Amino acid sequence: MTAITRDEVAHLARLSRLALPEHELDQLASQLDVIISSVAKVQEAATDDVPPSSHALPLTNVYRADEARPGLTPDQALSGAPAVEDQRFRVPQILGEEE
Amino acid sequence: MSAHELGAAIRSGELSSAAVTEAHLDRIAEVDGNVNAFLHVDRDAAMEQARAVDTRLAAGEDLGPLAGVPIAHKDLFTTTDMPTTAASRILEGWQPPYDATVSQRLRDAGLVILGKTNMDEFAMGSSTENSAYGVSRNPWDLSRVPGGSSGGSSAAVSAFEAPLATGTDTGGSIRQPAAVCGLVGAKPTYGGSSRYGVIAFASSLDTPGPFGRTVLDTALLHEAFSGHDPRDSTSIDAPVPPVVDAATRADVAGMRIGVVTELDGEGYQPGVMQRFRESVALLESLGATVVNVSCPSFETALSAYYLIAPSECSSNLARFDAMRYGLRVADDGDHGTEDVMSLTRAEGFGPEVKRRIMLGTYALSSGYYDAYYGSAQQVRTLIKRDFEAAFGDVDVLVSPTTPTTAFPLGERAEDPMAMYLADLCTIPTNLAGNAALSVPCGLAPEDGLPVGLQVMAPALADDRTYRVGAAVEAALGQNNGGALLTRDAVAV
Repeated sequence: MTAITRDEVAHLARLSRLALPEHELDQLASQLDVIISSVAKVQEAATDDVPPSSHALPLTNVYRADEARPGLTPDQALSGAPAVEDQRFRVPQILGEEE
Repeated sequence: MSAHELGAAIRSGELSSAAVTEAHLDRIAEVDGNVNAFLHVDRDAAMEQARAVDTRLAAGEDLGPLAGVPIAHKDLFTTTDMPTTAASRILEGWQPPYDATVSQRLRDAGLVILGKTNMDEFAMGSSTENSAYGVSRNPWDLSRVPGGSSGGSSAAVSAFEAPLATGTDTGGSIRQPAAVCGLVGAKPTYGGSSRYGVIAFASSLDTPGPFGRTVLDTALLHEAFSGHDPRDSTSIDAPVPPVVDAATRADVAGMRIGVVTELDGEGYQPGVMQRFRESVALLESLGATVVNVSCPSFETALSAYYLIAPSECSSNLARFDAMRYGLRVADDGDHGTEDVMSLTRAEGFGPEVKRRIMLGTYALSSGYYDAYYGSAQQVRTLIKRDFEAAFGDVDVLVSPTTPTTAFPLGERAEDPMAMYLADLCTIPTNLAGNAALSVPCGLAPEDGLPVGLQVMAPALADDRTYRVGAAVEAALGQNNGGALLTRDAVAV
């Protein structure tokens, strides 16, 4: 098993939407490496003929009747929002000026 | 008094809910500065709820056996009248617009909410040291952890700040803190208690459950919030197992009990093993048949868990994106949406949460998926098969709940793998979705701290765990001349 590089950790941080400072990247690289090598033995335990279980229970999709029912009011839905404008979530700019 | 006795006294009019609630609020005011079990307490609101229950009872309403009894909720359950933070900065001060099913059902049953308890951030941890709002302390010894992630709940109940509390158990987060605080704690069958309104950590494992000081109290709480919930698509549509009835039977004659050989080995504290072996001998003396059972895949359970849980968490925590609720930083016009998300998440999440998000992202990323996540899901199948084979032969399985008693604060904080070992015995049950319970089985001779006995049963056979727990509780109580919880009634 190859060690987890700092570049890989930086890539994972981008995928995870975590803006991590340099020292945290270094720290996480060594910690993830230790954890991954400790848990890698799952590969030896499972042979090809074992089916994976995503859940403990044999679940099937659950549907409800297609009926309109009351949900949260706009005020309730917006009650925890960091920024609100005209009864909508106000979000930071998504597209740059040149786009 | 137990919650059961308090409920009876309130129903008979001997005590009022207002008096009981006030006594607990006073106790919180007295000791919580040391214990730090609570993140939020609203004295006026609790007293108002208590008086309302007294009025309903006086009007002849039948609200059930726990009406008027106070409770503390883990801060992972949404509550409309108080903040819910999951002990994270990213949700600081968030007031949910809806109640969790568990919170709602307990309100309907007349329980009075004292407040919200401290926990490891987003339920990730085994010591309550990962809270953004400071550590909780074990009332038995303030220099030690109360377990985790539901450590605020276990600390509150053992310090007599609340007679009952809720928790959630994803890898042992009810049973482990119950064991190290000398309490009873149950992980119900997965799907037996609703996850609606419980902030998600690992959805295929998370299970809300009860804490109490006695087996009967725990069973009463279990029964009060369990049962099918159409708002949770993983909720099981089946009757709640008769846990209260089982808790009053305390009879193991004729039961077949299996000792899991893989959870009976090296690395366990000697005093923990001593109390465990005495409990097994006790069960045998009460008429149970004890056999050794091998569950070979349990040795890989910890590894599978630490791939599956972070994978699910990396997906579940994607919702904390700084757009619709919670913290938002760097929204200054210079940063675009993606930067605001990344900067907010980096600031709002603590180190353990970041570690698990990164671990999950790694395990799920292309090129590693089959080797890690896929293999872990296969191990899960093997663990389910081990349980099925074992339960073909025995009624319940037993093990120590934790390898050690409560460890000192800070001891494992810098070593994730050492911390993860605290859940060694409890994790297999979560992966298989079975029922389990931890019941106090004495104090370890070397440090005088509580030891827990874990009882595991098949899915929807939760009542068996209570039957065994009640038998151990009754027999040990008799041998010791009273209830187990002591060290001067857990002084702080």
